[in-house]
Amino acid sequence: MTAVILGVVVGAFAPVITWIERKQSAVMQDRIGANRADIGGITILGLLHPLADVIKLLSKEDVVPTGANRVLHLIAPVIAAVPAIIAYGVIPFGSTYVFGGETISLVVANPDWGFLYIFVIGSIATYGTVIAGWASNNNWSLLGSLRASAQMISYEVTMGLSVVGCFLVYETLKLTDMAMAQDTTFRVFGFVEVLFGGELPWWVSQFAVLPQWGIFLQPLGFLMFLTCIMAENKRPPFDLPESESELVAGYFTEYSGMRFGLFFMSEFIEVVVIAGLITTVFLGGWAVPFLSQEWIVDRVGNGFGAFAGFGDGFANGFCMLVHFATFLVKVVAVIWLQMALRWTLPRFRYDQVMDLCWKVMLPLSLVNIFVTAALVLLLGE
Amino acid sequence: MVPIEHVIALSAALFTIGVGGVLIRRNLIVILMSIELMLNAANVALIGFNRMWPGIEGAPRMDGQVFVLMVITVAACEVAVGLGILISMFRNRDSVNIDEVNLLKW
Amino acid sequence: MEISAVLFYVFAGLAVISALAMVLNVRNTVAAAMSLVVTMVSIGGIFVLLDAYLVAALQIMVYGGAIVVLFLFVVMLLNLRTDDFPPVGLRLAKLGGGLLVVVVVSAIPRLLGGVFPEIPAAPTGYGGYRALGIALYTDYVLLVEMVSLLLLAAIVGALILAKRKID
Repeated sequence: MTAVILGVVVGAFAPVITWIERKQSAVMQDRIGANRADIGGITILGLLHPLADVIKLLSKEDVVPTGANRVLHLIAPVIAAVPAIIAYGVIPFGSTYVFGGETISLVVANPDWGFLYIFVIGSIATYGTVIAGWASNNNWSLLGSLRASAQMISYEVTMGLSVVGCFLVYETLKLTDMAMAQDTTFRVFGFVEVLFGGELPWWVSQFAVLPQWGIFLQPLGFLMFLTCIMAENKRPPFDLPESESELVAGYFTEYSGMRFGLFFMSEFIEVVVIAGLITTVFLGGWAVPFLSQEWIVDRVGNGFGAFAGFGDGFANGFCMLVHFATFLVKVVAVIWLQMALRWTLPRFRYDQVMDLCWKVMLPLSLVNIFVTAALVLLLGE
Repeated sequence: MVPIEHVIALSAALFTIGVGGVLIRRNLIVILMSIELMLNAANVALIGFNRMWPGIEGAPRMDGQVFVLMVITVAACEVAVGLGILISMFRNRDSVNIDEVNLLKW
Repeated sequence: MEISAVLFYVFAGLAVISALAMVLNVRNTVAAAMSLVVTMVSIGGIFVLLDAYLVAALQIMVYGGAIVVLFLFVVMLLNLRTDDFPPVGLRLAKLGGGLLVVVVVSAIPRLLGGVFPEIPAAPTGYGGYRALGIALYTDYVLLVEMVSLLLLAAIVGALILAKRKID
């Protein structure tokens, strides 16, 4: 059931992302953007372009260059695409709802070590790129995958360390529990009372309230995680492995047809995975700010529901729809953020990428862990 | 679940393959990979035996898994240093064949 | 046969076959490294079957995600397209290897003969990050410190080795 919903959402999302990307770039460059593909004159704002893309890619010749390692060349795009797709499995897109004794949880798989699953998948995803560049028997490809392997290993380390702060704050690795923990609010200056004693004026403690989201509890962690995961995805400004002005197309220079399409798609699927992950860990997941699940179910069930004669099931169903819509809105917002960053920032130089990772973000993430641990210990949340 | 003997047998088989790799291959990269394989074989045995004596309800014992973590760390160190040596060897000899590194041989 | 046992034999077979493929592949070092990845991931699967979830994840992350990628990186950096070093006549090594194979092969049927009791049920929390963390930072805290020192030494050593000229 949940897997079906997920499949539909993912299947619908990835092609639309290519359209969003084109339109976003057009907006930022003061162009109209993709609007030529049409069926009998109907263009639907250029939404037919993904369809045209698929037809074009499927009908192209699938070239394997001479001297290439045939088997590795053929399986590399699959190694790249599969981890991107299965990474969705642990991202919750809704809470747990009760329908007359039956419980529905909007997540496909919910292991205790959910976040580690993401890391595992991410580490396997490196191979698609690396193998593709090696198997192509092309110097540009080889350089591209050399860069990719170094970049992805380096940023994986910092990515892991940058979310440790969140693990400390939520005291869990389970993505559903993380989202659940953010479905509440906290007093921004509450720590002052704990640390220094005394009481704050009522207007401070009453109104300085924020949703208990990761982005407010771990602002530095959020920035570093966003940077690292964008570097893992190898999109601009971190597209050194495929930088077209230096390396033709980097590791997928020698790919054509749908095999190229798989690399292309896996990148866009990863954009959605990243958006889902950031939403879940840092932006409260499915939670509506200031309105907790209990509150919504209670108000709708006992207020409107009781008035109109609906049962608890109605309240839960309504809450489910609201949460799902909230999750989608947040995911789209993060996707938009990634697109905007991609079309705003110029590409880094390679030594800058490495320096940013090892000399700036790694020490910062360690400091972040230390400070977070100290605060958690002191405040005893 | 399978009996613990099968886990140990797997561990022994992997270890033997690793030893064989070190003995018959002359490529330093493959030799390092074979050493990784041997360390992994040890890990399989450690995890298997830890599962055999998992402690009591409320107080799980994870000593074997702690050792596995240490082995993984040591393996990572070994690879970092080993590959560093390999690269400097390639710079000096233009080869990764360990039979060509025989200056200190008696 | 229950599903976990079937999975165990599948993973064990995969691990052994790909390990053999790694050792015996004398033409292509990258393919050998990819076989090693299959071995590592299969061993990770076996760890999951043995209820060591966290270690399984770390196994795949560290071995699959970092160590083998490092091997591939070096192979690509040195651009070792072929690998044709013939195994030379190391009489002593061959003798030792043969002896080991004989010992192990003769021990395996004995091992399969049922020396140990059945595997007991695991207590709750076994293999989770909580129990492992408590073990690491209470009983084994000295070990952690020593290993982190070792890591530091390895980092410094690798840096010095990889430098072209020490200034």
